[in-house]
Amino acid sequence: MMKQSFFEIVSNEPLTFAPSGQVFRLVLRGDVSAITRPGQFVNVKLDGLFLRRPISVNDLGDHTLTLIYKVVGKGTKQLSAMKSGVLDLLTGLGNGYDTALSGENPVLIGGGVGVPPLFLLAKTLLSEGKKPSVILGFNKKEEIFGEADFLSLGIPVKVTTVDGSYGIRGFVTDALKETDYGYFYACGPEPMLRAVWKSAVTSGQMSFEERMGCGFGACMGCSCKTLTGNKRICRDGPVMKKEEILWED
Amino acid sequence: MGRLNVSLCGIPLDNPVIPASGTFGFGYEFAELYDINVLGTFSFKGTTRDPRFGNPTPRIAECTSGMINAVGLQNPGVEKVLSDELPKLKAVFHKPVMANVSGFSVDDYAYTVEKLDAEEQIGWFEVNVSCPNVHGGGMSFGTDPRAAAEVTAAVRRVTKKPVILKLSPNVTDIVSIALACEEAGADGISLINTLLGMRIDLKRRKPVIANKMGGFSGPAILPVALRMVYQVSSAVKIPVVGMGGVSSAYDVIEMMMAGASAVEIGAANLVDPFVCRNIIRDLPSVMDELRIDSLRDIIGAAHGC
Repeated sequence: MMKQSFFEIVSNEPLTFAPSGQVFRLVLRGDVSAITRPGQFVNVKLDGLFLRRPISVNDLGDHTLTLIYKVVGKGTKQLSAMKSGVLDLLTGLGNGYDTALSGENPVLIGGGVGVPPLFLLAKTLLSEGKKPSVILGFNKKEEIFGEADFLSLGIPVKVTTVDGSYGIRGFVTDALKETDYGYFYACGPEPMLRAVWKSAVTSGQMSFEERMGCGFGACMGCSCKTLTGNKRICRDGPVMKKEEILWED
Repeated sequence: MGRLNVSLCGIPLDNPVIPASGTFGFGYEFAELYDINVLGTFSFKGTTRDPRFGNPTPRIAECTSGMINAVGLQNPGVEKVLSDELPKLKAVFHKPVMANVSGFSVDDYAYTVEKLDAEEQIGWFEVNVSCPNVHGGGMSFGTDPRAAAEVTAAVRRVTKKPVILKLSPNVTDIVSIALACEEAGADGISLINTLLGMRIDLKRRKPVIANKMGGFSGPAILPVALRMVYQVSSAVKIPVVGMGGVSSAYDVIEMMMAGASAVEIGAANLVDPFVCRNIIRDLPSVMDELRIDSLRDIIGAAHGC
């Protein structure tokens, strides 16, 4: 259930330096009790901006919360300049990934800024005795982050770059063809999700993004149609099962 | 009577704080956060005859001190509201509730109100003739005095409950529309709905909102809302519900001094889900500070100066 609480900024450091948008790791200290599943998000209030900014949960400790975000606009730019202080967060938002369906050897597929929530998912799957593997897709070498985090968990990682400047040249789906898996979890830009949806040979879950008003199901700002009815990405999602997704063109 | 008690079209309210339609669903999401029975009442999600998915996304844009939405009256339709939503509402809210209704023809409005009328918990109908996000309906009824009067009269015929017409600010002369509604039998007027607005994505060189335009709300519109509440409450004899940019106990009092008998809070709920509870908590101390004994004493206080 959602909670509003205040978090102290522990650190807020850049992970990449690509001019297309720097990626930052923000570590916060506060009450994380409302966060119950990987794949959930928090909604961050920033001074002078009206709407909160939704950011997925990357990692969780007893009293710490890690968010990884890309600087894409006014809000994230302002957030990246904060090195200390207190942030007003709504926590425990979204349904999150269901790990009960993962089977023994799920593959986790992340594209760009969709990579962060897969880290807490990987840790959760490991704690349940499962053997996840990871595929991370980026445009080019300068944009890569997160590989070392997964390697430190002892998880096999394949990295793809579109321009071939690092790892496998191509898309996450090129690496997926060469991977043995019994289930998949994906998070990334919509073109990637569509490609994964087409080429995955098993069931799976994917996490979606949309501009949100409230983030907790009140405003109907982020609705989408699915095969199981209309859903609010913020509350009934952001995670959907492969079988219920309805792509609109 | 307590200091916060007011009355709206003959129905007593513990306080004048009313979450506005479209920002509070059917109440049960917020009931997970706090006991929503502290509210005066709330206006539930705009309901239409048929189910509506609404507009394509993106439906939301950030603005300075506000936001634009183009949801487009997404709702499950009156049948599902009766069978699925109102039972859930009843489980968490035990006061008379305000039913917000919209339509695309005069018959639509009357049909939906008539269907809902048997629900005992519905205290008032708030008839939305001001949604800027749908074509061929909504706002078009609220921008013409004759059309607004026609909707009012049609709804009036199918219910004995108080009928409050929710008006659009996107007009040249809001007073003439309010007067037309009053003459056609309205028991109250609520205003303002959102102001038609737009944002453009500078990188994509396209409107941020998929529907191009949307309704602008939030603290930025408070002065416009105050002005219109003042004008309308000067002209009509029926009660006025004020809304538009209200986000604090001070704003509630300002809206009441402008002439509002009760006050709706919209966009603020979306960024601070506790805002209505907090306003109700803050009102007594703000009243002390401003030497207000009872909120009833300040309704329209700014008139006649």
